[in-house]
Amino acid sequence: MLLGPALALSAILFSLGVAGVLLRRNAIVLFMCIELMLNAVNLSFVALAQLHGASGYVMVFFVMTVAAAEAAVGLAIIIGIFRHKQSVDLGNINLLRG
Amino acid sequence: MTSLVWLTVALPLAGFLLNGALAIRRPGAKDLVSGIGVGALVGAFGVALTVFLDLWLRPPHAPVIVSLWRWLPVGSLQLDFAFQVDQLSAVMLLVITGVGSLIHLFSVGYMKADPGYARYFAYLNLFVVFMLVLVLGSSFPVMFIGWEGVGLCSYLLIGFWFSDKVNADAGKKAFIVNRIGDFGFMVAMFLIWHHLGSVNFTDMVERAPAVFASGSAAVTAITLFLFLGCTGKSAQIPLYTWLPDAMAGPTPVSALIHAATMVTAGVYLVARTNVLFALAPLSSTVVAGVGALTALFAATIALRQYDIKKVLAYSTVSQLGYMFIGVGTGAYASGVFHLVTHAFFKALLFLGAGSVIHAMHQAYHATHSHADAQDMRNMGGLKQYMPATFWLMLIATLAIAGVPPFAGFFSKDEILAAAFARGGDRPVYYLFYAMGVVTALLTAFYMARLITMTFLGENRTGDRERSHLQDAPMVMTGPLLVLGALSAFGGFINLPPFFGGGALLEHWLEPVTAPAHQFFGLEMPHGQTEFFLVGGAVAIGVLGLLAGYKATLRRRTPTAADAPADTGLARVLNRKYYVDEIYDAILVRPLVWLSRIVLWKAVDQGVVDGAAVNGTAKLSQGLGWLGSRLQTGQVGVYVVLFLVGALWILHAMVG
Repeated sequence: MLLGPALALSAILFSLGVAGVLLRRNAIVLFMCIELMLNAVNLSFVALAQLHGASGYVMVFFVMTVAAAEAAVGLAIIIGIFRHKQSVDLGNINLLRG
Repeated sequence: MTSLVWLTVALPLAGFLLNGALAIRRPGAKDLVSGIGVGALVGAFGVALTVFLDLWLRPPHAPVIVSLWRWLPVGSLQLDFAFQVDQLSAVMLLVITGVGSLIHLFSVGYMKADPGYARYFAYLNLFVVFMLVLVLGSSFPVMFIGWEGVGLCSYLLIGFWFSDKVNADAGKKAFIVNRIGDFGFMVAMFLIWHHLGSVNFTDMVERAPAVFASGSAAVTAITLFLFLGCTGKSAQIPLYTWLPDAMAGPTPVSALIHAATMVTAGVYLVARTNVLFALAPLSSTVVAGVGALTALFAATIALRQYDIKKVLAYSTVSQLGYMFIGVGTGAYASGVFHLVTHAFFKALLFLGAGSVIHAMHQAYHATHSHADAQDMRNMGGLKQYMPATFWLMLIATLAIAGVPPFAGFFSKDEILAAAFARGGDRPVYYLFYAMGVVTALLTAFYMARLITMTFLGENRTGDRERSHLQDAPMVMTGPLLVLGALSAFGGFINLPPFFGGGALLEHWLEPVTAPAHQFFGLEMPHGQTEFFLVGGAVAIGVLGLLAGYKATLRRRTPTAADAPADTGLARVLNRKYYVDEIYDAILVRPLVWLSRIVLWKAVDQGVVDGAAVNGTAKLSQGLGWLGSRLQTGQVGVYVVLFLVGALWILHAMVG
């Protein structure tokens, strides 16, 4: 049973994802970091499923489905923004400022 | 029969409602209006008479309480709307409905040409309603309804010709000055409830001697607050200034409200609560002192007034002062006695003055002159043109000056004798007595001046106007005749033993005044002392009359238009010691300044508008601005905040 190392890896990956989201300004990279976080969570689901039964696996499929849908919508938005602004740098995207 | 006493109130109330409706619907139906207005009062007088006779023939052991309905059932306060019929309220009942009927009748003639005829009678009826509630009320709150109601009617009738700003202002002044007194009445009422646990007069008489030690602070405070109410309603120093201005109303109103009935409410109140005043010797001294001071003060002002109604107004203030000397001395019956006789002769004087003004007004109206119809300098020699009015007013003058056997002599003499007697154990009352005597002299003087200026000497009305002067019609002179008889013989209702009488009124009022007499008994002077007191009073009255007559006739009086301005002391008196100006400077102006600069500009505009209303808007705007600073539009910032939030929630859930 490799539960401990698996969960540790999951935590490391998730933290990397968070750090990327916080620090990077390119929207594509940000997007990839979010995927990284999602998949880090997937890893911990799979690892814990060994202890708690199949619902963990099922949850992973849900996450993957949502991630796929999110990727489609998210990429479409990024393309839309790029067409509009000629840039995917988040520093330039502040239309919602109060 | 006593249980029918509610009719005395209901009849004028119905009169008010009917006349009020007519005033709106058919102001022109004057015959109907007079029928209702006068009829209601005469009916009420009839009922009052039966109630009085019932009380006379079968004197009850305790006051008869006629409870109409349960009014305020609140916790331990179970208050009925009830009337109290006893010897004191019966006397007041007769005076109000009796003199009221006569004045209503007089008004039919006096107000004949006025477009507000129906409105006038509606108000006058309403006044009688409230006045009767005032004297009949069996508890302080019921009395207070009447107390406030008469103030309202007084306001309405003073400002009856409200299109003239002066009249409207006079009405407001009366109302506002009275509010100061009403504050005292209310505080006294609360204190009585606090200490006695009841606001009924019967309970008060029963419990007060047990609860209050004589001269204790509580009862002194209560009585002083009550007396503050009296100074407002009965026009005593320092709140008397509204009464002379109240002459802006129609003259019969001055006769009914501002001479015979409403202004005597304060005297009635002291007489009604005599047990409290008897327990508070200090308050009684204050009452008598203020009364004496007011009597003297107002009498000096009356010396130099030219407006015939103003003379009578200050005379009323002065005579009310006499009544307060009486009740403040513990001679409650004498105070009430003077109240009754004063109602007779002062109503007669006012109505007589009304007749004179009516005639003068018609004369000036006929020739389109704008001279002042109330200025005595424009009169003179009217005896020739209005003999009936002259003789009747002469009777009233002799009565008020204290010439025997006219009504005022007995009542005034009794008050002075009582003050003299009280001086035996409280020397300060000798001072009040002396002030009363000087006032008597001044009273006789200014009344002689009034009669001489108005009716004697040569006529100054004007050559063209003179032919229009004549006595008033019978509907106006009739009531004067009745009042003349009452002024002449009214004193006999309380003829003292000294003159072979039985002091009827005094014995009649004994059940009411008895509780007070055990704490504040009074030994009236007898024998030689009484002889000297009476002799002195007569001498002073006659002396004053002669002096006033001589002094006025000696100089030729110029007409108002030609008169030079008064100088020196005469000017000070004519301007009423500048009291109105002083009040204006030390009270009204600072209040206006406070209202304008502090309350309006600072509190209302600054605090309420600025801080509260606009401040709230500004505050939410500012908070919104702060919140909007978070919305940078930068996704990164959102993410950081989101993460911080998520971590915080996680921490809260785990930890």
